[in-house]
Amino acid sequence: MSGIELSSVTVVLGGRPVVDRIDLSVLEGEWVAVIGPNGAGKTTLLRAIARLVPFAGSIELGGRPTAAMRRSELSRLVAVVPQEPSTPPWMTVGEYVLLGRTPHLGPLAKEGRRDLEAAARALERLDLSGFDERPLGTLSGGEKQRVVVARALAQEARIILLDEPTAALDIGHQQQALDLLDVLRVESGLTLVAAMHDLTLAAQYAERMVLLDQGRAVADGLPRDVLTEETIARHYGASIDVVPVDGRVAVIPRRTSVRNT
Amino acid sequence: MDATAAKVVSPATAVRPRGIAPVWAGAAVAFLLGSVVIGVAVGPIDLGLTGISTSLGELLRVPGVSSSLNATEESILWEIRMPRVVLAALVGGMLSLAGATYQGVFRNPLVDPYLLGVAAGAGLGATLAIAYLPAGLRDRQALPAAAFVGGALAVFLTYSVGRSTRGGRDTTTLVLAGVTVASFFTALQTFVQQQNADTLQQVYTWILGSIPSSGWSDVVLVLPYVALATVVILVYRRVVDVLSLGDEEAASLGVDVRRVRLVLVVAATVGTAAAVAICGLIGFVGIIVPHAIRMLAGVGYRALLPLSLIVGAGFLVLADVIARTALSPAEIPLGIVTAFFGAPFFALVLRTSRGAA
Repeated sequence: MSGIELSSVTVVLGGRPVVDRIDLSVLEGEWVAVIGPNGAGKTTLLRAIARLVPFAGSIELGGRPTAAMRRSELSRLVAVVPQEPSTPPWMTVGEYVLLGRTPHLGPLAKEGRRDLEAAARALERLDLSGFDERPLGTLSGGEKQRVVVARALAQEARIILLDEPTAALDIGHQQQALDLLDVLRVESGLTLVAAMHDLTLAAQYAERMVLLDQGRAVADGLPRDVLTEETIARHYGASIDVVPVDGRVAVIPRRTSVRNT
Repeated sequence: MDATAAKVVSPATAVRPRGIAPVWAGAAVAFLLGSVVIGVAVGPIDLGLTGISTSLGELLRVPGVSSSLNATEESILWEIRMPRVVLAALVGGMLSLAGATYQGVFRNPLVDPYLLGVAAGAGLGATLAIAYLPAGLRDRQALPAAAFVGGALAVFLTYSVGRSTRGGRDTTTLVLAGVTVASFFTALQTFVQQQNADTLQQVYTWILGSIPSSGWSDVVLVLPYVALATVVILVYRRVVDVLSLGDEEAASLGVDVRRVRLVLVVAATVGTAAAVAICGLIGFVGIIVPHAIRMLAGVGYRALLPLSLIVGAGFLVLADVIARTALSPAEIPLGIVTAFFGAPFFALVLRTSRGAA
């Protein structure tokens, strides 16, 4: 039971509705990509699901409203991989991944065997065995990204929210990271909701796309149904070609010498 | 059920929570013990290490050991020097621990325990007591009480102001509120001081800080607050590491950030206010000790907090030895000693180790 159910969720920041009456229902085990132009409300929507920003409306996880949950209970259900996670350079990989166990510990307890094993499993899943003594300051961008995902896995939440998980990575590491997330999703039945900018990459992995524009959900469906030339032109102001590849679609920007309307 | 658990049975890698490395723990404890020995041994009257150890042996009822000190020396050791050393240790440990806690909670390595106005508030309380209370009453009972109340009141005001503004969850708001409240209290304090120029000397002495030689009574006064603050902070030390990721990530990891921060700030403030109430404003300890440890040992808060407590205690015991012996029989204000010796040492640490902070 790890479905996500949003009804009429609104987030007002600075007097402006950044997320505007969104209804969304995500099934257990689904991979949903949240797309949309800059400022569309993607990050804020993820923050609302994790209850990191006040919202109106209701968000239920597995049939229970998040508003009624304790912070630690909510964090056992939902893990967040932020776009720019803070990675204190002095902290070791092992310590950092163990922080993912926090919601299981309560403020006063120490890590037990179960927690150490969960952290070790997460490191192993991300090919980071042997990294546990390395300070975060010595890692490359790609390694850091994996460490952050490992922390989310150690949290053992069934829902993982990812904000631009591949923004800092080169194309090889983007592919590796998303392949890995997909494997984890299938093997462990995780539910993934990811805000993504790269539409082609999103279309390769997500089963479903939700397009946000000015806080509203303006399209929701299979990538090939959402990614159309008209939709992208209308909401991104971009001129593109959509090319089908192996049953998926790729988005190719079209050079325009005259202004696109 | 968690599905990831079922997948991999026994991982080859072992993750250990990194506690305090035994080397650093040993070094810190040795430093504190060494400081205490120097603290009780050094003074106008030479007690000698044999005298101190036999006296301690007799006190602990070690068979066959009897003190080689005479009655006067016994009383110097146990009624004058030891309480002063213990008080210096309590205050130094508390100020370092509070400093490290504030640095973690506010994610700013440059803040000190006086950040939220406790010093300005205590200063006002002490100045009021010195200016308006009869001389007999103010010294031993009223001054610490007034300073404590003033310090606690200032921090309470800071918290109220910081929370009532929009976006009050933000630590920046709280820090700015602290600056505001501190300025206001300092203005009041300076005004009262100017109106009572005859007390200037006494106020000034208090502000520069010193460890009083008043026997065990001040130790008894400070101990409960320091003990309470220490227990609370050390119990929460793992959470301080989580807070170092920032409020939002800490929240996403299940920490009730506002509540935990309040608990830690209250604990650090109560301990600091008690220390300040007895010993005045001893600067620098709360910044220099945690930083020196961070640079030498490069550790997270989980280890930094207990190490700060121990090393801070030893540091202030040594500083107090210098304060009372360098110009003996006159005493140098302790705040001057901590800055005079602390700053160059800090500069040295800063130069020799980089990148660990």
